[in-house]
Amino acid sequence: MTDSNESSWNLIIKPEGRLFDVKFKDLWDYRDLLILLVRRDIVTVYKQTLLGFFWFIIPPVLNALTYVIIFGLFAKVPTGSDNLILFYLSGVIAWGYFADCINRTSSTFRTNASIFGKVYFPRLIVPMASVLSALVKFFVQFLFLLVVMAYFGITGFAPYIQWELLWVLPIVLLLMALSGMAIGLIISSLTTKYRDLSNIVPFAVQFLMYATPVIYPYTFFPENLRWIFDWNPLSPMIEIFRHLLLGTDRFNLLQLGGSALFTVFLMFIGLILFSRTERNFMDTV
Amino acid sequence: MKTVVHVDHVSKMFRLGEFGSSTLTEDIRAFVNKIAGKSAPHHLKAEINDRVSTGNSDYVWALKDINFEVKEGEIIGLVGRNGAGKSTLLKILSRTTSPTQGSVKIRGRVASLLEVGTGFHPDLSGRDNIFLNGAILGMRRSEIKAKFDQIVDFSGVQRYIDTPVKRYSSGMYIRLAFAVAAHLDPDILIIDEVLAVGDAEFQAKCLGKMKQASDQGRTVLFVSHNLGAVSDLCTRAIMLKNGHIHHDGPTELVIRKYIDDNLNIRLTDSEAFKDASFRRGTGEVRFEKIALIDEAGHETNEFLPGDCMRVRMQMKVNVVPQELMASILLKSGKSKEIVTSTNRNEVDLDRCKPGDVITVEYTFPKLSLRPGVYETYYWLGDRREETAFDVVDNLLPPVIIKLPKEQSELFTVGYFNENFNFDQFKED
Repeated sequence: MTDSNESSWNLIIKPEGRLFDVKFKDLWDYRDLLILLVRRDIVTVYKQTLLGFFWFIIPPVLNALTYVIIFGLFAKVPTGSDNLILFYLSGVIAWGYFADCINRTSSTFRTNASIFGKVYFPRLIVPMASVLSALVKFFVQFLFLLVVMAYFGITGFAPYIQWELLWVLPIVLLLMALSGMAIGLIISSLTTKYRDLSNIVPFAVQFLMYATPVIYPYTFFPENLRWIFDWNPLSPMIEIFRHLLLGTDRFNLLQLGGSALFTVFLMFIGLILFSRTERNFMDTV
Repeated sequence: MKTVVHVDHVSKMFRLGEFGSSTLTEDIRAFVNKIAGKSAPHHLKAEINDRVSTGNSDYVWALKDINFEVKEGEIIGLVGRNGAGKSTLLKILSRTTSPTQGSVKIRGRVASLLEVGTGFHPDLSGRDNIFLNGAILGMRRSEIKAKFDQIVDFSGVQRYIDTPVKRYSSGMYIRLAFAVAAHLDPDILIIDEVLAVGDAEFQAKCLGKMKQASDQGRTVLFVSHNLGAVSDLCTRAIMLKNGHIHHDGPTELVIRKYIDDNLNIRLTDSEAFKDASFRRGTGEVRFEKIALIDEAGHETNEFLPGDCMRVRMQMKVNVVPQELMASILLKSGKSKEIVTSTNRNEVDLDRCKPGDVITVEYTFPKLSLRPGVYETYYWLGDRREETAFDVVDNLLPPVIIKLPKEQSELFTVGYFNENFNFDQFKED
């Protein structure tokens, strides 16, 4: 083998990669790491706690109860549902998954700086693991939601599950995961350099929640403001999620299609920024 | 021999100051220039990387135009003073950062050990951490599974393998972490000297493992300040200085150049020596200057076996202690084990007052050392309380014992000077 044989090099390190530089083969080679990281995230979070896995369920329940009491009982916000608990709980769980994806992914570089500085592996594995472990947490909560629905079903209140539309549910979940991850990728890439951004993230996520019909239905806003929900790519995800389970809110597939396009666009931007950042962030973080 | 690493005109620029990279305005300007097809304006401003002198630009080249090739099976030592660019080069080779200019081509599987135990999670058991750490280092799960028993055996922590690693002693933790790293089977191994921070046993294990890797025909790139280890292990060395390759060639030659280069700034002016943060001890008395002097009275640190070596030590008395003892210790470069040392010798403090400078001199009329590189350790302290006033450990260039011209002279040194008995016992 001679040195002029360029093709025999199996790794070439250069200053700048292509604009869209995601190494899918690398990701596949490190799939075991992905699984181990998800496992780590789940196993370690509630180690040494008394209630263990119940901590997956307790926060959304407490959140939902707060909303039931303040918005439902005191402020008497009309929800369009007969069952306040199910309305708020399902909203909180769906939004919680999306927010969890953003929060976990957006600190990728900062929380993993010590590992990233020492070993190379495709960095994208880490946000992917974050989204997957958030998904596990979501499934536990979702199961709990089903149990609560079953309880209300037995005791007289029948939730209006839209059986014939249920095929949309996995698509909604996928879109929530991808858009959450995409936003997280963008934030994580920008915060390595402009760290101020990381302080804004919690407020921005909260603000987004109020701009999305999570703890109230779209009818809560006066009509001249409802365009916010129409243009917010997140609202069809939440609305359809709740529509499928409870029969409340709107169901608009066209709007969901718009969300899908928007998510693909965000993900594209996110991947470009992320792969640019991963090359040199050790110099700036 | 085929080339497995080809470093081609690699440069790396850093921005000094609070932010490690360009500012927002510079980003925008660079972007505008990029569209116009020019190179970024801050690239032109960047200066040569010299840690000591103050520059005008916020930008420095940590590495500038680095070119070299590594052949399969070579063990290369990277040497250079702090800030010469060694670690930056390793980071580029191990892909934790990318070059600003130039490219690196690599053939084969690379494993970089810039640290042991990367990604260890304190709450996970030893078993879980072996898998996690192994996967981070690039092993497949099946591969780790196959080697799991070997790894546990090597680590010697069988009993605690299902205990969270946060309950481990720091020694056990490092042993386990190193055990995982030691079972990587890369074609090219990149090792940073930070690995060699453990105790002597651990260091010897690390170096042993490197030796083994090289015996198996793997390529090793090794960064170190420990010239002894470099000269023991490496066939070739590369010396970096201010981000440039200063010398590249056979180890002995490069090490000599390296030492010459540092001798130009004279032994005692060595920055590490001057920097108080590298010095231990309570400071009642501090070394001012330490010089190695040969028979002719010249300062040097190269000797032949059997030569006369004098060690002249100047010390400044800040607070007059009850008593003052001095000692010297030489360590083998490879294992850092003590090779030879003097007793503690008392320095006469009669009529001594604060601010005085005392000069003492050790004379070793006939150096009984075999050829090699010996790191130095100078100590000032107190006999009774065992407190050290000053310790200069590995801060000054090592003592180098050269190969004598006549092989026969080799056998005149390295013998026990003391009388000893040799008895043989017969079994009944």
